[in-house]
This record gives sequence, C-alpha cells and structure tokens, in this order.
Amino acid sequence: MIQKDLRATIVLELLFPLTLFIFGAYHGVLQVFYRAGLIQETSFLGIGYYKGLTAHGVINAIVLTTFFAVAFGHAVVSQQLGPSVSAAAAKAGAALMVVGTLVAAGPIFAGKADVLYTFYAPMKAHPLFYIGVVLLVVGSWVSFWGWIPGYLRWRKDHPREKTPLGAVGIFSTFIIWQMCTLPVAYELLVQLIPWSLGLTAGVNVVLSRLLFWFFGHPLVYFWLLPAYVMYYVIMPRLAGGKLYSDFYGRFVFLAFIVLSTPLGLHHQFAEPAISSGYKALHTALTFLVAVPSLLTAFTLAASLEHGARQNGGKGLFAWWAKLPHFDKERWLFPYLFLGLVIFILGGITGIVNASYSMNAVIHNTSWLPAHFHLTVAGPVFLAILGMSLYLSVGVLGKKIVAPRVAVSIPYVWTIGVFTFSAGLFYGGLKGVPRRTNLGMSYLDELSDAYRPDWRIGEYIGAVGGSIMGLAVLLFFYVLVRSLASARSEQQADSFALPESEAYHNEDVGAVRNFRPWIVAGVIAILISYIPPLIQVLGAKYPLVSE
Amino acid sequence: MAINSAVPNVEKKVLLASLMFAAAMLGLIAYAAIRLGISVPTCITNVKPFEEGELIRVAPGRYEAHVVAKTWSFKPNRIKVERGSVVDFYVTSKDIVHGFMIDRTNVNLMAIPGAVNYAQARFDKAGKHQILCHEFCKSGHDNMMGWIEVTP
Ligand code: HEM
Ligand SMILES: [Cu+2]
Ligand SMILES: [Cu+2]
Repeated sequence: MIQKDLRATIVLELLFPLTLFIFGAYHGVLQVFYRAGLIQETSFLGIGYYKGLTAHGVINAIVLTTFFAVAFGHAVVSQQLGPSVSAAAAKAGAALMVVGTLVAAGPIFAGKADVLYTFYAPMKAHPLFYIGVVLLVVGSWVSFWGWIPGYLRWRKDHPREKTPLGAVGIFSTFIIWQMCTLPVAYELLVQLIPWSLGLTAGVNVVLSRLLFWFFGHPLVYFWLLPAYVMYYVIMPRLAGGKLYSDFYGRFVFLAFIVLSTPLGLHHQFAEPAISSGYKALHTALTFLVAVPSLLTAFTLAASLEHGARQNGGKGLFAWWAKLPHFDKERWLFPYLFLGLVIFILGGITGIVNASYSMNAVIHNTSWLPAHFHLTVAGPVFLAILGMSLYLSVGVLGKKIVAPRVAVSIPYVWTIGVFTFSAGLFYGGLKGVPRRTNLGMSYLDELSDAYRPDWRIGEYIGAVGGSIMGLAVLLFFYVLVRSLASARSEQQADSFALPESEAYHNEDVGAVRNFRPWIVAGVIAILISYIPPLIQVLGAKYPLVSE
Repeated sequence: MAINSAVPNVEKKVLLASLMFAAAMLGLIAYAAIRLGISVPTCITNVKPFEEGELIRVAPGRYEAHVVAKTWSFKPNRIKVERGSVVDFYVTSKDIVHGFMIDRTNVNLMAIPGAVNYAQARFDKAGKHQILCHEFCKSGHDNMMGWIEVTP
C-alpha cells in the first residue's frame, strides 16, 4: 500500500512537471518544423528557437525526469518498506523542487538564459537560472534523505529478509544521483553562480566541462533506472508471469552504482585538454556498463517468455503473441514493452557514440538527438507517461477513462519516435548539426550555405515529430478525462503497484548490502577522474568570460 | 534461511556472453586506434592559444591551419589548398564554446577558449567542403560557417 500521507505529494510531483511538459512537447514539434526549413524565422509566436530549445531540454530531461523519479520513489519505497517515508521530508523536498523549477523558469522564459540544458560556460545565464537548478536538485536530495531512516529501520526489523527489489532499484537510483550531483553542485555554486553575479571575473571552462560531464552520464542512469524498476518489478506480473532472475535484478542495480559514473569522458572525445589515454580508459568502462544492460535484456526477455507461456504461448517466438499487447485491462503493459523495443535501437546507436574514434563521425550531429530520443524519449518517457497515469489515477481513486486510447498511445509514440529518429540518424551521418535552427541557413534556398541533400532527413524528422505530438495530445486527453472521473475512497485505499514474484529466487550474499558497492563506486571514480583532474588543474587554464 | 549463493548456470553463461561482447567491441576499437591510427583529440601543450587565425604553408602539399573561432565566424574562414594536401588543424576559441566540423571528413572538434584542439585531414578530391559550427553559440550560431576549397 502506498503511504496515505504521501498521496498529495505524489500527485503534485506527477502533475506539476507534466503541465510544464505541454510546453516541452509543443516546442519539440516546433523544432522539427524549424529544422526542416518549414519555419524560416528566428522565433515563432514570440518564442525564439534557442529559448524554446532550452525550455525543451530543461523541462523534458531535467524537470520531468527528476520529479518523476522522486514521486515514483515515494510510491515504491512506501509500498515495499511499509509506511516508512518521512512525510515532512517529502513535502519539503517537493516544495524545494517546485520553487526551484519556477525560479529557473523565470529567466528561461524571459530570454535571460538561452544556454540550453547543458549551460556550457562561458555562455552566461541569469543567476536565478542556476539557483533554480540548484534548488531543484537539493529538493530531490531532501526527498531521498527522507527514505533512509525508514530503510534502516526495515533492515533492523527484517534481519533475515532480502530488501524488496523495487526498493533496491530506487535506492540505487538515488545513490547514483547523490554521488553524481556533487561535482555539478560545485560547478554551479563555486564557478557559475558567483561569476554570473559578477563576483568573479570568469570561469575555468575546461574544468567546468569536466565537472559537468562527471554528472552528465550518470544523469542518464538516473533517468533510466526508475524505468528498470518497472521492468523488473511490475512488467513480469503484467505479462502474467514471474521475474526470471531475482539475483540479476539486484546485481544490475548495484552494478550501476559502481559503473554509471567513472566514464563521463565519453562525452568529451572531441575536446582538447584531456589525454586520449584517459578517454580510452573511460571507453573501456563504458563498454563494461553495457554488461548490466545486456543482462537486463536477457532477464526481461526470459521473464516475458515465462509469462507468455503461462498464458498458453508456444513455439520459439510465437509466444510473443500471447503477451497482453492490446489488453485494455492491462493497458500499462505496452508502455513498458514498447519502451524496451525502442531501447534496443537506442542501445545499439549508443554503442556508436561510445566507440571512441567512431564518435568523430557523429559528434554533435543530429545523430545524437536521434539516439537519445530512443532512450530518454523512448523507454524512459513511455515509462514516465504510463506510470504517471497509473499512479495519479490510482492514488486518487479514479479510473481510466478511454482505456483503449490509453493502450494506443505508446504505439503512436513508437511509430512517431522511430520515424523522427530515422530522419535525424540519416541527417547525422550526412553531417547535419544538432542544436541548430537549420531554416535560417542550411535549409534556406537563398543562403549560400544551402544543403538540398539535408532536406529529406529533416522532412522525415518533421513527420515523426508530428506523430509524437499526436501521441502527447492523446495522452493528455486520457489523463484529464480520467482525473475528472468520479472518485472512490475505497479504490484509493486499496490501490497498490503490481509486484512480481521471482522464478529463480536466489539469495546471494554479495547483493544484500549497498555499502560494498558504494565503496567500489567511489574507488572507480577516484581511479578514473583523479588523473584527468590533475591534468586539467595542472594546466592552469585562464578564467574566461563571454 | 541460509545464504544460497548458487546462481543457475544459464545466468552465468549470459554474464560470460555479455562480457565477451564488451571485450570484442573494445578489441575492435583498440585495433582501430593502435593499428590503423584512428584516435581522438588529446591534450596538446606545445601550442599556446593563438590570437590570430592563419593558414601556413609548411611545405608543398603540407599546411598548418590556426583557426580562431569567435562569435560568429572562423578565421580563416576560406581555406584554399591543392588536391592531395595534408592539413593540421589547430583550433581555439576567443570567446565562448564553438564547434568545428568539416563536412565529409573526420575532423570534428570542440573549440574551447583557453585550450587548443587538434586534428589532421587529407584532401584527396577537388571540390568544396563546408566548415560548420556545431555547438550552440547564441543567436548567430546557425550562420557560423566557413569553406575549404580543394583545387585540382
Ligand atoms: C513531442 C515530441 C518531441 C519532439 C518532436 C522532439 C524534438 C526534438 C528535436 C528536433 C530536438 C533537436 C533540436 C536541435 O538539436 O536543434 C530535440 C532535442 C532534445 N529533446 Fe526532444 N522532442 C520531443 C520530446 C522529447 C522528450 C519526451 C524528451 C525527454 C524526456 C526530449 C528531450 C530532448 C533533449 C534532452 C534534447 C536536447 C536539447 C539540446 O540539445 O539542448 N524530447 N527534441
Ligand atoms: Cu554517456
Ligand atoms: Cu555555433
């Protein structure tokens, strides 16, 4: 059961970012039109391309994902570890996150923070932008801290039991988050905020980029792991079966604590000032972090097969048809299943990005947004949509209106995002840059930079982006109508997330505690980051301003 | 309940297969880097950040381009070399972060103020290559570009 005094916080943390996401999605669709040269302006309806793109990145990839991870964490932790969550911490965390978001939104929409969601110095934003981001992150920390005493109590009261897998996943997510946000907090508090307030002359840019990308890769695991919790804990049950391997579930989450951080240099292959040897070390670790995802692919496929066979599935592959792909009672299933299908392509294209020298072909081209819309806007986003609907309607004791439409949404999104990405992958291989309003130059027939060969990819992207926009409209139709439906107190009280049993229920000592994994993670970070840090600090880069 | 550390065999095999996959990919990357010499930019300390952009002809068919990126242009932004030339590109920025990508080559660099980046390219075909800034650098970013002309 989800803790009663958390209900209001959870609903707020789900609906507040989704409301902002209306703008995120609106501008996503505009971006594909600008990029296809169908809008040849610097701005549309008063919003400039780069202002809108900043909002698109910040809202979709930072605000929505962080709020969701916290809200879903409250639900999972309080369901699996009893009513153990500090409601006061939850409320304080939510308040900080909301205030932080609003404080950052001010300068973004006032056009005083056109710096994109990576805020690379020495491009300068209004100080409130950075301060808002800090408050948002601190709010997520406070929410996490509110789970820790309850967890420790649970461990004491259940000395012989394994911690429930969902809680292991959520704690792993936030342990990673806590570790990786410290350097970016340093970048914001020590480098960027004093400088944007005019207190310091400039920023050591090379250092700030190293700190940012220390955070940037684990950030993607922070996005992804809540979806993994759904895949391991909820999906096998929806498929009518069991989780194939409980051990792998635990091992995967704990392995991410060690492996998700010491590899950020794979985002900096194209940069000066860092030795190629250190970049190679991070490449090796990047391929190691593929291992838990490969194990996940295996475990989840095996779990789905188990479920399908319980439903009467036969044959080598024919059992696929016995999964609840279109079952309106289990409408959540395709949000998770299709996310995994999308993730196959997201993962494969990620291998290209991570492959050291091969990165030079696609770095900062439209290949990149094509790739990460198959990850963060694929499995992550579909899990967020599905679970936000499931949770908000569930804890409020409402019911899903139009479940058939709810089932169709992930299909529409999948078609859209595959089309979108196909166009942008194609363009990326032809050298189309990302983060660029192409209609102003490369896709303007009158410009001497005109590239007719880039047109087709961006057109395909525009078609896909429009289909994605349609899926978002359908989603809000179902969400709003469902939230407006009649409330049943009894239903709200009995609401719980589905939980799967394990088929292989191993109990391996090594995956019982977080501590050894955290220690290993810290050691891995020290080994991989101290040498480049010494190199960067030793070179004494000048402080620069814009 | 005793700790039972028996992990079924299938699961061990899957772990082994995953590790082998990672090792195979790394092997290919290492092969490309070591045997074929295809690598990534590294930290260079022998060239100090320069103030002026210029194209220096070191020898026939051998050039050094010192490129300065500054909102919103590259200096030099029209580089002319003859077919078969090898060009060493040194790239820096005078203000904010920019990108430096040469169309249809493997030159793909970040231009960072205070640091110098490096890549080499060989131009075997006559024609024009576009140089693009592919990192957002404020409002004029979509018009920040240059050209390389390879003469026959
Ligand atoms: C409504 C559907 C969406 C469309 C049509 C769309 C379209 C786009 C396009 C065209 C770009 C590239 C712009 C450029 O580089 O010039 C972009 C960037 C981006 N999108 Fe989306 N997107 C959508 C939804 C999402 C979602 C759901 C997420 C994440 C949850 C997301 C996260 C991002 C991020 C992080 C960037 C990078 C921004 C940057 O480079 O600073 N998008 N999107
Ligand atoms: Cu990464
Ligand atoms: Cu630029």
